[in-house]
Amino acid sequence: MLSFTLNGRQVSVDAASNTPLLWVIRDHVGLTGTKYGCGAGLCGACTVHVDGKAVRACQTPMSEVSAKTVVTIEGLSPNASHPLQKAWVALEVPQCGYCQSGQIMKAAELLASNPRPNRAQIVAHMDGNICRCGTYHRIIAAVEQASREG
Amino acid sequence: MTIAIKSSDVSRRGVLAGLGAGGMIFCLTLGTDGVRLLSEAQASAMANAPVTPWVRIAPDGTITILSAGAEMGQGSMTNLPMIVAEEMDADWSRVAIEMAPADAGVYGYLFNNNIRMMAIVGSRATMLYYNQLRIAGAQVRKVLLLNAAERWAVDVATLRTEPSLVINPANGQKLTYGEIAAFGKVPAPLPSVDAKELKSRKDWRLIGKGVPRRDTPLKVNGTAIFGVDIRLPDMVYATTLHSPVHNSAPERWNDAQVKAMPGVLATVRLTNGVAVVAERFEQALAAAGALKVDWQKGTAAGFNSEEALNRDYVKIHHDPNAPTQAVHTAGDAKAAFAGAAKVHTAEFRSDFGYHAQMEPLNAVARFNDAGDRIEIWEGTQAPDISRTAVAKAFGFKEEQVTHHQCYLGGGFGRRNGGYEAVEAAQIARAVRRPVKLIWTRTEDLAQGRFRPQSYQCLEAAIDASGKVAGWKHCVIGDGGTALLTGGMRIAYYGVPNQLLELRGISHGVQVKHWRAVAHVFNVFAIESFIDQMAVDANMDPIAFRFERMGATPKARRCFETVARMCDWRAARPQGRALGLSISERSGSLGAGVVEISLDRQSGKIKVHKVWVAVDGGIIVSPDPAKANIESAIIYGLSSVLHERVTLKDGVVEQSNFHDYNLMRMSDLPDEMHVEFVDVDTRPTGLGEIGNPFLAAAISNAFHRLTGKRLRHMPFTPERVLEVLKA
Repeated sequence: MLSFTLNGRQVSVDAASNTPLLWVIRDHVGLTGTKYGCGAGLCGACTVHVDGKAVRACQTPMSEVSAKTVVTIEGLSPNASHPLQKAWVALEVPQCGYCQSGQIMKAAELLASNPRPNRAQIVAHMDGNICRCGTYHRIIAAVEQASREG
Repeated sequence: MTIAIKSSDVSRRGVLAGLGAGGMIFCLTLGTDGVRLLSEAQASAMANAPVTPWVRIAPDGTITILSAGAEMGQGSMTNLPMIVAEEMDADWSRVAIEMAPADAGVYGYLFNNNIRMMAIVGSRATMLYYNQLRIAGAQVRKVLLLNAAERWAVDVATLRTEPSLVINPANGQKLTYGEIAAFGKVPAPLPSVDAKELKSRKDWRLIGKGVPRRDTPLKVNGTAIFGVDIRLPDMVYATTLHSPVHNSAPERWNDAQVKAMPGVLATVRLTNGVAVVAERFEQALAAAGALKVDWQKGTAAGFNSEEALNRDYVKIHHDPNAPTQAVHTAGDAKAAFAGAAKVHTAEFRSDFGYHAQMEPLNAVARFNDAGDRIEIWEGTQAPDISRTAVAKAFGFKEEQVTHHQCYLGGGFGRRNGGYEAVEAAQIARAVRRPVKLIWTRTEDLAQGRFRPQSYQCLEAAIDASGKVAGWKHCVIGDGGTALLTGGMRIAYYGVPNQLLELRGISHGVQVKHWRAVAHVFNVFAIESFIDQMAVDANMDPIAFRFERMGATPKARRCFETVARMCDWRAARPQGRALGLSISERSGSLGAGVVEISLDRQSGKIKVHKVWVAVDGGIIVSPDPAKANIESAIIYGLSSVLHERVTLKDGVVEQSNFHDYNLMRMSDLPDEMHVEFVDVDTRPTGLGEIGNPFLAAAISNAFHRLTGKRLRHMPFTPERVLEVLKA
């Protein structure tokens, strides 16, 4: 059994130690907000926080998560009250929405360390997260708004 | 004439239970003139099948409206019920949306006046449902008014409505729609509504203003359920290995070895692949990675895409005996060329393109114990097509297949064939457990159904006055009329003599619709060619299109609008240039301008600014409409600058996002400006109009900057450097 903290709750799963965190979160635990996009760490759809750092869950084996603290989109805030989530709704950022959990988790990491990022810093931080619907400009605007209002 | 109602997944008892006593149900039926609402009593008298509710009003005031708009990010799920609510004069805050069952006979739009479809493709949702849904909403409002008039014993013509409220202005009396639903009767037949009785534009509360999308809050907290998120009791997981050369059947594979791997339950033979089933998805993935399959010879065996495009297509172009299909003719092109003062020619190429929707293909399937009914869960552009495909695969009647629509993690033309649903069902039947099938990204790409590659050959005849009097355009490729000829028609210009042709070839590679498909390469060729002629005539590109191409008034308005938006004649900073283009798609017309710069060392083109002026008819929901066009711009820029699929010996050479390059945030233009031309015509498609103009606009800007022309898309840095050197 592998144990870790997930969204403030202690969980134990019966998975092989090389199982990617992504499938443990989605299938073993049943939190499906974290998405599978490429399985190779290339798109960022599976971004979650491990001990506060944004990681690609599809490239993170369970052996690296043991006894650590994982936060997914479901645990980012109660009632979608994180400034980023509020800005995402206010600016109608999502289109298909599939990449947006990963986008928000990646942006949340940025604001946690740099509450007032400029545009260049936002772009540099977010550049690894693909959005095929092309909502990039609204993502930037929403991060800026959350930064102002958060 | 009205035809009988078909069955649906919602039983009458279930609906009534949900309403409580006294609620009103507006059912749906089909007339030769479109979707019509009718009373439950009338519906029941017409058919024995369960009735199909479209609009339900509960005594507590909740109004439930079904939506047939598959939601892939374009906003149709919210937009379509909003159109009904407008004409109902419903209080939008009391409207609940449910996805319509997969039954095109009931919920489909009327296409080409003869078939009913639910497929949300070709930017059709708002365009094709708009009139039908307005009339339906107006009928519901009329019934509510009639009931209030009867209760108050007054002339219905003296009453008016406010959102979810009927008012008698004579005495100030009011009844909410919920109160009316508690006592009201839905008459049979329903009162008809003439188009003249619809609200006038000045009275709209919702159309033209828009409402927040209902899916947005679910997409910021992880609760939106996509097909890939479905979880069923006792469910197992499957993934696939399809034939590397498209459409080859598996002969044999290392079955014992794979089945011995942890958690593996079964392997299942598919038409062109092998599925591995395991207790956990990570186990299925590992097992699929260990599969060694011998394949029969596939349809695309030996195919080399670059060789075909650079050699075979050229040969076809020069072969006077090559089979040729006329796409469109006007006037006498032959005579126009015979009498031409000057003839221009040009050729353009375009590579295969992949959809790259973020959610890899997937489906969940479950049979009942008797094995004679199946349920499918997936996000699809066409639930009706999926349902039909699954029924056909098992020799079932459609009634034996229930389809549960989910959110789509991108569509772009990829998600509407039912292929994955059929595979999931075949696997579920083989293992006799509910199955979630997920394709890996690598499978999704290798088994792509691509936007075809194409070779474009254009000729123009200039008459003595300098006008373009004759036009020939031949497209060469694999994909037939449906995938190769869109966008060839230049109805927004007034060229009198035209000959548009298709010369087909078959490679055995899977090809399919893709956001605006053929418009992408045809408009690239057409609008680059026109720019070439404008340069030759030493004319401004807009003036050339007006004076020498005979641009229509609608096209002129788009050009004039975009010229104003970008200040077309103003000088640009050193090293930057503008390029212009126009395209039609799904009834909309859009003129666009880009401002680019070029890194001559690396060959990298940077698009700094984009301006687009769109005539899309009445804009029903302005913000999602704008978002659709912004999305298509990014999608288009990505494809024009980065994306190419190549095949060697029949096998796709790219395998994931490291070698199929999608646009990232750092490539985003600094500015994007979208404006809608203010018109009073019916809505046309907006999901794709922002995409096809881009290739030519960039190519034309590149020519202004360098004096050289890009004739092969995508304009990758390597290609740009080659062109600069030439």
